[in-house]
Amino acid sequence: MSDKKIAISAQNISQAFEGRKVLDNVSLDIYKGETFVIMGGSGSGKSTMLRIMTGAIKPSLGKILFDDKDLKVLDDLQEEQLKRRFGMSFQSAALLDFLTVEENVSLPLKEHTNLDSKIIRIIAKMKLSLVGLAGFENYYPSMLSGGMRKRVGVARAIAMDPEVVFYDEPTAGLDPVACAVIDKLILDLTKKLKLTSVVVTHNMESVFRIADRVGMLYQGKLLEVGTPDEIKHSSNPIVKQFITGALEGPIHLT
Amino acid sequence: MNIFENIGKTILHWVRVFFKSLELIIETLYWVFVGPFRKKPIKWGEVFAQMVFMGIQSIIIVFFVMLFTGVVLAMQSAPQLEKMGAVFYVASLVTISICRELGPVLTALVVAGRIGAAITAEIGSMNVNEQIEALDTMAISPVRYLVVPKFLSLFFMLPCLTVLGDASGFLGGYLIGVFNLNINSGLYLQTAFDFLELRDIYTGLSKSIIFAMIIAIVGSYQGLQTQGGAVGVGRATTVSVVTSFVLIIIADCILTGIYFFSDL
Repeated sequence: MSDKKIAISAQNISQAFEGRKVLDNVSLDIYKGETFVIMGGSGSGKSTMLRIMTGAIKPSLGKILFDDKDLKVLDDLQEEQLKRRFGMSFQSAALLDFLTVEENVSLPLKEHTNLDSKIIRIIAKMKLSLVGLAGFENYYPSMLSGGMRKRVGVARAIAMDPEVVFYDEPTAGLDPVACAVIDKLILDLTKKLKLTSVVVTHNMESVFRIADRVGMLYQGKLLEVGTPDEIKHSSNPIVKQFITGALEGPIHLT
Repeated sequence: MNIFENIGKTILHWVRVFFKSLELIIETLYWVFVGPFRKKPIKWGEVFAQMVFMGIQSIIIVFFVMLFTGVVLAMQSAPQLEKMGAVFYVASLVTISICRELGPVLTALVVAGRIGAAITAEIGSMNVNEQIEALDTMAISPVRYLVVPKFLSLFFMLPCLTVLGDASGFLGGYLIGVFNLNINSGLYLQTAFDFLELRDIYTGLSKSIIFAMIIAIVGSYQGLQTQGGAVGVGRATTVSVVTSFVLIIIADCILTGIYFFSDL
């Protein structure tokens, strides 16, 4: 792995909200072209970690390097240029509900490029067919199912041909088949578009389906990083309990 | 101690709200005046769409509120003026108090209830559904995309609605004066316009511009601060309307004071 180029490097990230520590000294390298899954229970800090990597939250301590640039020290213009190289798919899809599917996907293109509106429409159609939703251009988000909305969210995330795509709980609240569709989509896109994907999830099935490497967060600490096989055969009792979903073990829900 | 703690906390909270709103105003003005020179033009299409919703669709409610205010004002003042044998001064009393005071304030209050609530509810529910964050990660400024069109639209439409409100209030007074108090129509109009000066209109309109900014900024600020799902949206909407109401009255008092003491 060491010969691979680092896409994102998180260094000693700590984050606290109103005195409550959410992340505690997390360091993490994500390599170009891999699908990295951050798993962990509810409240383990995994969504916060994702938002720190996208730059939505500024960490209390530590820094994020993207292409060796520190996210913290950029001015507005540089930050905007950097953000255009990210795509993000949200847990609730976060589509703008007063815009149609096509307008949602073409929104970043309209805002950030000088492309002709005809070309933007073609790109939006292309992105929609990549996620299997050709023909739904004129629907409003409220007319679609949860799984379809998430796929539109993914189409919007890849609209600007980003280098890194972040997925926040891409399969939460979906039925098993829809989960499998999303997982396959993430895999396909990562390969076809040569993307780096960072996925936050607690769905163990999809972890082992899509991950090149997995990191386990527990109570704000990064317990273990490894390939899915290494994680499966981990000797750490917390990791073991988490992936089997056993009631007995060191993890207690309060 | 608890009371003092609570008072202190509340004051601190509102001081923080004040400074954050100030930041929002500055950012909004940045996107209005500086943004267009940095290839981030104002979204005029969206401004016009908002103008239809905020302006055109508020016409009927503003018309009726101000019409009845004019009617009530004429009816209330007539008996008092009658005692002095000066019933026809109803015309100037109604006209001047509508143009200087009631027109701008009542129109602003109606619009704050209708539009301020809508702004907060819209931005607030986008906020709790991660849509604001989505705009942010797409490097689209939520202020430029959502706040600026609403701000500009209110800035243009509230003065227009105020003019309409002034006219409706005038009409209300006229109806009572001519058909109930039997003032001659020509005399009513003459008395009204003899005493009305241009500055009565423009001090009223200058107020309404300030009120428009209050409604837009308070509504957007509360929307952008919304947290905690549907309950949070409801709470933010209430806070937004109440804050706008109070600020409009306070601003009105201050502006009237300024005009009063500077002889405007």
